[in-house]
Amino acid sequence: MQFVRGLVLAIAVICASLPSLAHADEAGLRALLTRLATTTNFQETESVVRDLAATGEPAVERILSALADGNLYVRKSDQGVFTGKEDGQTLSLSDPLDGTAAGTAAKADIVKVKVNNALRRTIRDVMGGLTLGSADPTVRLSAASTMLKRPDKTALPALDAAIAGETDATVKAALAQARAAAVLVSDLGEAEKRAAIAVLANRGDSDALAQLTAFQAASTGALAETAARSVAQIETSMAAWQVAQNVWYGISLGSVLLLAAIGLAITFGVMGVINMAHGEMVMLGAYTTFVVQQAIRAFAPDLFDWSLAIALPAAFLVAGGVGLAIERGMIRFLYGRPLETLLATWGVSLILQQAVRTIFGPTNQEVGAPSWMAGAFQLGQLTITWSRLWIVLFCLAVFLLLVFIMKRTSWGLRMRAVTQNRRMAASMGIRTPWVDAFTFALGSGIAGIAGVALSQIDNVSPNFGQGYIIDSFMVVVFGGVGNLWGTFIGAMTLGVLNKFLEPYAGAVLGKILVLVLIILFIQKRPRGLFALKGRAVEA
Amino acid sequence: MIARRLFSSDRRIAVTIATLLAAAVIVPVLNLAVPAESAFHVPSYVVALAGKYLCYALLALALDLVWGYCGILSLGHGAFFALGGYAMGMYLMRQIGARGVYGNPDLPDFMVFLNWKELPWYWLGFDHFWFAALMVMAVPGLLAFVFGWFAFRSRVTGVYLSIITQAMTYALLLAFFRNDMGFGGNNGLTDFKDILGFSVQASETRSALFAASAVALALGVLVTWLVVGSKYGKLLMAVRDAESRTRFLGWRAENVKLFAFTLSAMMAGIAGAFYVPQVGIINPGEFDPANSIEVVIWTAVGGRGTIVGPIVGAIAVNAAKSWFTGALPELWLFALGGLFIASTLFLPRGIVGLWDRWQQMRATRAVPAEGKAAARTEPQPAE
Amino acid sequence: MSMSGTILYLDGVSVAFDGFRAINDLSLVLDRGEMRAIIGPNGAGKTTMMDIVTGKTRPDSGEVFFDGQIDLTRHDEAEIAMMGIGRKFQKPTVFENHTVEDNLLLSLKGQRSIFPALFYRSSAADRRRIDDILGVIRLGARRNEPAAGLSHGQKQWLEIGMLLAQDPKLLLVDEPVAGMTDAETFETARLLKDIAETHSVIVVEHDMHFVRELGVKVTCLHEGSVLSEGTLDFVSSDERVVEVYLGR
Ligand SMILES: Nc1ncnc2c1ncn2[C@@H]1O[C@H](COP(=O)(O)OP(=O)(O)OP(=O)(O)O)[C@@H](O)[C@H]1O
Ligand SMILES: [Mg+2]
Repeated sequence: MQFVRGLVLAIAVICASLPSLAHADEAGLRALLTRLATTTNFQETESVVRDLAATGEPAVERILSALADGNLYVRKSDQGVFTGKEDGQTLSLSDPLDGTAAGTAAKADIVKVKVNNALRRTIRDVMGGLTLGSADPTVRLSAASTMLKRPDKTALPALDAAIAGETDATVKAALAQARAAAVLVSDLGEAEKRAAIAVLANRGDSDALAQLTAFQAASTGALAETAARSVAQIETSMAAWQVAQNVWYGISLGSVLLLAAIGLAITFGVMGVINMAHGEMVMLGAYTTFVVQQAIRAFAPDLFDWSLAIALPAAFLVAGGVGLAIERGMIRFLYGRPLETLLATWGVSLILQQAVRTIFGPTNQEVGAPSWMAGAFQLGQLTITWSRLWIVLFCLAVFLLLVFIMKRTSWGLRMRAVTQNRRMAASMGIRTPWVDAFTFALGSGIAGIAGVALSQIDNVSPNFGQGYIIDSFMVVVFGGVGNLWGTFIGAMTLGVLNKFLEPYAGAVLGKILVLVLIILFIQKRPRGLFALKGRAVEA
Repeated sequence: MIARRLFSSDRRIAVTIATLLAAAVIVPVLNLAVPAESAFHVPSYVVALAGKYLCYALLALALDLVWGYCGILSLGHGAFFALGGYAMGMYLMRQIGARGVYGNPDLPDFMVFLNWKELPWYWLGFDHFWFAALMVMAVPGLLAFVFGWFAFRSRVTGVYLSIITQAMTYALLLAFFRNDMGFGGNNGLTDFKDILGFSVQASETRSALFAASAVALALGVLVTWLVVGSKYGKLLMAVRDAESRTRFLGWRAENVKLFAFTLSAMMAGIAGAFYVPQVGIINPGEFDPANSIEVVIWTAVGGRGTIVGPIVGAIAVNAAKSWFTGALPELWLFALGGLFIASTLFLPRGIVGLWDRWQQMRATRAVPAEGKAAARTEPQPAE
Repeated sequence: MSMSGTILYLDGVSVAFDGFRAINDLSLVLDRGEMRAIIGPNGAGKTTMMDIVTGKTRPDSGEVFFDGQIDLTRHDEAEIAMMGIGRKFQKPTVFENHTVEDNLLLSLKGQRSIFPALFYRSSAADRRRIDDILGVIRLGARRNEPAAGLSHGQKQWLEIGMLLAQDPKLLLVDEPVAGMTDAETFETARLLKDIAETHSVIVVEHDMHFVRELGVKVTCLHEGSVLSEGTLDFVSSDERVVEVYLGR
């Protein structure tokens, strides 16, 4: 035991010092490259690969990956080795070490350095070890996770060395996990393996699960039992993460629903008017974003990251303005006739759709994402895309702003008064026509803002709004009118419900189920979750 | 006896029925017996088009029974129409027999394509016309009954009801798009060959289908007129105008509505059944909520709460649609959208209401005092 | 208090709307064949009491019995109407698009199911009954006109006519003479007294002349419960009633 530990330690020390010991200068690398030009069979190439890897130079990585991808060429005239990029009949060459351009060459003048699958495997393996020494922590991290997925007992010394030299805590943990995976496939003793199981159990994701399951299948006795326990433990925790993931998807969908529905909830709540053109207000917001981005691309490309911020007020004004025009020009003549308002606004929605189709064409428009919306990050085992996160946050901001307007401003007070008892409000001197116009414009403007956000996750086409309208209705009807919190809870419930039904029933059937559930729910509570009560409402 | 009552009390209805019956005879004759070069010849495509309009008219009439007379704005009547259509389509599919692309005598092509081994149970019986004809009414009627039983009992009214009828047809749209529902997925049912042993392509069959649609519409008019004119019809309108008052008189408003809703759904189903063999296809697109709303506008344009109105509206709007989509396809949606707005803002009682006003104005010019009195007491259909 | 012999029995009834107690521990008993006048300031809960009796509003607590043994809280509007409780609304509610005659036809006592209504043929007895009622409410000349064209007072009459057609055991009449001339008020009082010969009646009214004309026991409601009960003279001399009406 003592001996083994000593040996390991010794190897570790040697390995740890390897990169510096073997630190070859550029000339050494170039010499190795020349050898590559003269190899005649795969064994020779392999030995060059190993020698290259042994240098530990970061530049080697580029050479090896070019080799594995079949992009490494030898110029016949001078036996020079280059990376090449095919460019029609010619290749543009560049230096494999520093990447500087080295002119072009006709295909006939060069030969490819040949690789086969065995060689590719070798390259992959040595590269894992190689990148462990990279200066970039993200490269080291990905090397560690590759090694976790393909554990190799021969990599143990290199791993130990890397762990010893690692300063970044995250990378260090990942290395330890990779090492644990390697230990499980090694001939090390039971204690080591037990510790390794614990390390992997701690990681608790599907990669760790795969390693542990494989180990459990291959081993017997107490060790297998420990592994089984850990597998079970990981499975439970993964199930919990799955639930969390679903909740997140649900919240994210709920936010989309809320954004789309909240304007509708306001107009329906205050005016008792179902605005069938609401979806088109959302669409106008999305198209405003498109136009703003086109303008920015044309005149001020640097501002592109700000395009959404600029589009927000623009969309609010465009959609709000159109809403105001609809209210003044049409809806005010139809008060007290909600069903006819519904039909007339449907007419407006057809006209708006066709207008947009005539102006912008029927195809999808490309709305770009600013850089801060791109990509994703990892939270535990959750993958969260930035665009979704921003939409959730944005939705919350809009919601809270509206709650503030309704609860704390005099307009809000008037709107609530009209919601509760229109006639009474009117006789108290509130100008209900003004409140209606303002409400409708506000609801439409909010829809426009929603369009800006939704343009980031959906195709912008003339039918854009149609995709949201029925869902928005469901949210409003489910949540009940006259209460923003009802809309909020309605949207989130429906979002989460949808996402939980999806895995069992599939997306379409899940949606159908939700619709049926709402239809049944309305039977129980004809006025939604949070209904206003009172004579004025019943009349 | 009914005929006597009809002619003595309501000329307009009598004329409508007579016109439809006449068309059922004359149009086929002009199509089949008059030579193609004659000016009186009616080409086959016109017969098919007109037959389609008549089906739409029956659908609009069905909607009017619940909307115009009972105030239930259903945004899901297209679903009943489509269900009736599917029931007929299933019969027509079974008539194809082994003549499909795959030549399978037991299964329709799309099932062979999906690798199904046997006919699902709900396709059983559709080999028989009588069974399909029964289902054409039973399926929409049952759906309407169940849906209405829940909705009306819990007093879901107004826009809430409209929205959930829309959700109903939307849910069906999604469902019928699924291949594993067993109704042909998004291609629906098509490539029909025979109906009752006659080729659906033959001009004779087309003429016969037109005549049958006209007779069906005439029957629909008669039934609606009888229902609306009965004490129950008065009750229906009473529920429309003051639902809770009828309850305090001891009437079960929910049952009143349920009966009309179910009857109306069955009429819509029949309309769908006549529609499918004439257009040769039924697919989930018929469940599109937009279609159902369009039916509402036919009814509104013609004049809701009247029997002739929805028929006039359906034919007028669809004729306009055919013309527009041929001549100015870009503008059709503008026109349709404008129609929605204009008819609600300026024509709350539709073409028929306009006609009545015009007649009244003529009468007023003739006998000023009397006309004014009539205009004043003219009832306003409530929301 | 014994329930048998009573046509209407309310005990400890309370109902609140969003925390506001519209009816507060109300107890009221009406004997068979009795006519009762109910007065009280605006918002006293008179209409709400009728809502409770006719099944429109469910009480939060308390007992409501009809005809000695029927628990009204277990039935809905239509059932209660069928048992024999008729109601005239404070705001006259008639079927505006229907003719006066059809309004009565729909109210006429009898079958209330769909298919009989679908195949209904008017019988001589029904026609006679409608003629009678039209005579009583003096709308014979306007029988074929839509009710929308009637004046406010005429609508009140029509609604009373609909009550008569229903022929209920108990009539709840909410402010029947609002908007009527003195002569009409007097006529209405006479008509109600006629009806009371054979029916139990509750009349809600603010018009004290009219109440005096009826000459029956009076109950004064205030803030959802009974403030005072007795003859009109007794009630109107009750200090608390005076205080409530004149304000404190
Ligand atoms: N459905 C309801 N929702 C909320 N409040 C109600 C409801 N019904 C009645 N109220 C309230 O209960 C109180 C009693 O009303 P009610 O109509 O019974 O008074 P009333 O005695 O009939 O008055 P009036 O003489 O003015 O007709 C009122 O304050 C009213 O606002
Ligand atoms: Mg009152």
